Amino acid sequence: MSAASSSTTPLLKVTDLVRHYAMPRETLFGAVPLVKALNGVSFCVEAGRSMGIVGESGSGKSTIARLVMALDTPTSGSVELEGRDLHKLPSDALRTARRDFQMVFQDPYGSLDPRQTVARIVAEPLEALAEISRAEQRERAGESLAAVGLRSTDMDKYPHEFSGGQRQRIAIARALITRPKLIVADEPVSALDVSVQAQVLNLMQDLQQQFGVSYLLISHDLAVVNHLCDDVCVVFKGQIVEQGPPEQLFRAAEHPYTRTLLDAVMAAPGGDVLHA
Amino acid sequence: MALLEVNDLHIGLQTQRGPAEAVRGIGFSLERGETLGIVGESGCGKSITVQSLMGLLPASAKVSGSIRFDGQELVGASERTLCGIRGNRIGMIFQEPMTALNPVHTIARQVGEPLRLHRGLSQADARKEVLALLDRVGIPDAASRLDAYPHQFSGGQRQRIGIAMALACGPDLLIADEPTTALDVTIQKQILELIRSLVAERGMALILISHDLGVIAHTVSKMLVMYGGSVVESGPTAAVFAARAHPYTQGLFAARPVLGAPRGGRLATIRGSVPELVDMPPGCPFAGRCSHTIDACVTTRPPATWLPHDHAVRCIRLDEIAAEGVAA
Repeated sequence: MSAASSSTTPLLKVTDLVRHYAMPRETLFGAVPLVKALNGVSFCVEAGRSMGIVGESGSGKSTIARLVMALDTPTSGSVELEGRDLHKLPSDALRTARRDFQMVFQDPYGSLDPRQTVARIVAEPLEALAEISRAEQRERAGESLAAVGLRSTDMDKYPHEFSGGQRQRIAIARALITRPKLIVADEPVSALDVSVQAQVLNLMQDLQQQFGVSYLLISHDLAVVNHLCDDVCVVFKGQIVEQGPPEQLFRAAEHPYTRTLLDAVMAAPGGDVLHA
Repeated sequence: MALLEVNDLHIGLQTQRGPAEAVRGIGFSLERGETLGIVGESGCGKSITVQSLMGLLPASAKVSGSIRFDGQELVGASERTLCGIRGNRIGMIFQEPMTALNPVHTIARQVGEPLRLHRGLSQADARKEVLALLDRVGIPDAASRLDAYPHQFSGGQRQRIGIAMALACGPDLLIADEPTTALDVTIQKQILELIRSLVAERGMALILISHDLGVIAHTVSKMLVMYGGSVVESGPTAAVFAARAHPYTQGLFAARPVLGAPRGGRLATIRGSVPELVDMPPGCPFAGRCSHTIDACVTTRPPATWLPHDHAVRCIRLDEIAAEGVAA
């Protein structure tokens, strides 16, 4: 992989990340059963590059997202963003550090508060960071909405007035407003229709070029990851089984699990060029 | 006589902005043992079309046209007639295996319900039948799991149970509405294989709804592409995939990210977004979003143009589009 040996600090460095969840005890004196969601995951993301994480449900890919976002504490291992270990920062320092990493969730219906206007939803990360006047919040929200292709007149509307694709744009605008270096996107397009998915993927690509933001893209869809990411990790049972640039990985997969994933892809005749 | 014959089906719905047509005069027919795929995006009318076959539309919906199932007219049929058909002669597999099963009933009871209802089996006989069904759909160690509840199964297993339920009475027609959308890719392949082998083995007809062109290509022999409540293109799957004659079908194909494509390229998008049902143009539903739109597209419904292999396309600009394709 590209990062570990380079002299500059990578944007994101995940080292030996382990997360075990304790399950309810099954017998009174027995050991507490553990679910080993992650068993030592390490990878690096260089600034401006994007990493895709693929795997099936239960493979631990969303646990990676939650740990990178410091929404959960690892059992062991570290997540370093520009050299700072997020899980060792005091809570107020972590709060400020969140400026640099934001998240876009899967469900554009569940991740926006239906009772708040778009302006408030989009500006909320700013409010959490510093004392900023309402006027300035609105201005920044307007800029952020413009960046994702929504109008500033949309600011006073509520989420239900938007389609799924537009809602996902709002979620992206909210993630962009702090001008983050890293956006963790957990299945950002899997709830969207094909043509809307294409629009959102193009938008994510544009934003990457425009703002130099890196994505940590969690997806079960190999084609989506292939489209947006410079590197891919294949996660299976809490471990990375294969890692590399998508063109190489998907053409000459070595691990049997990667092969299984590739074989399961249903190519549409005339559409896919995988075996071309 | 075809098993299912749908002619000039219209479904009107009450929306907040007034009445709107969700399905605008579609027609297709299906023989026993045939498999049909319906592809399209949210709001194109694919789910509501199959709901109308099952008589599951909201009470305010207005249906006109004809749905003949095995010679029997279903439009306007009494609830009693429909009850005799639903779950008995037409089985349905739903998208969400989590919500399609009742969390407070055991598997044996849920899968056995249609058997007791339609075939009047006793509890013990139904249980035996359920065991055979669960074995067939590949639930491991089914005998010991009859009294388990849905939450004790994984997503893929729950979908298998949903399939067992749809199959219970040996239906003539199986409808699967996005049966694998909620499942992992590797599980998706297994479930589609299962559906395909069951359809072949029992001689059922299948209607498979999916937004995924790959799933359609691998599972069904003929297909409809729907947009805005109309069928814009229909025919044998191989012919539709080879020709991709309608501009909307082309757009749908081009918008998919493709595995193995060189990086850095942009995805082709379809201009604009799907209009609300109330705002659909009176002519071709795709008019306005289509780069080939002329005035006639907006005002008159395009008639079907027949291409070789029983392949129909509703577009009046086919010649121009074909000429452009050659030039490009």
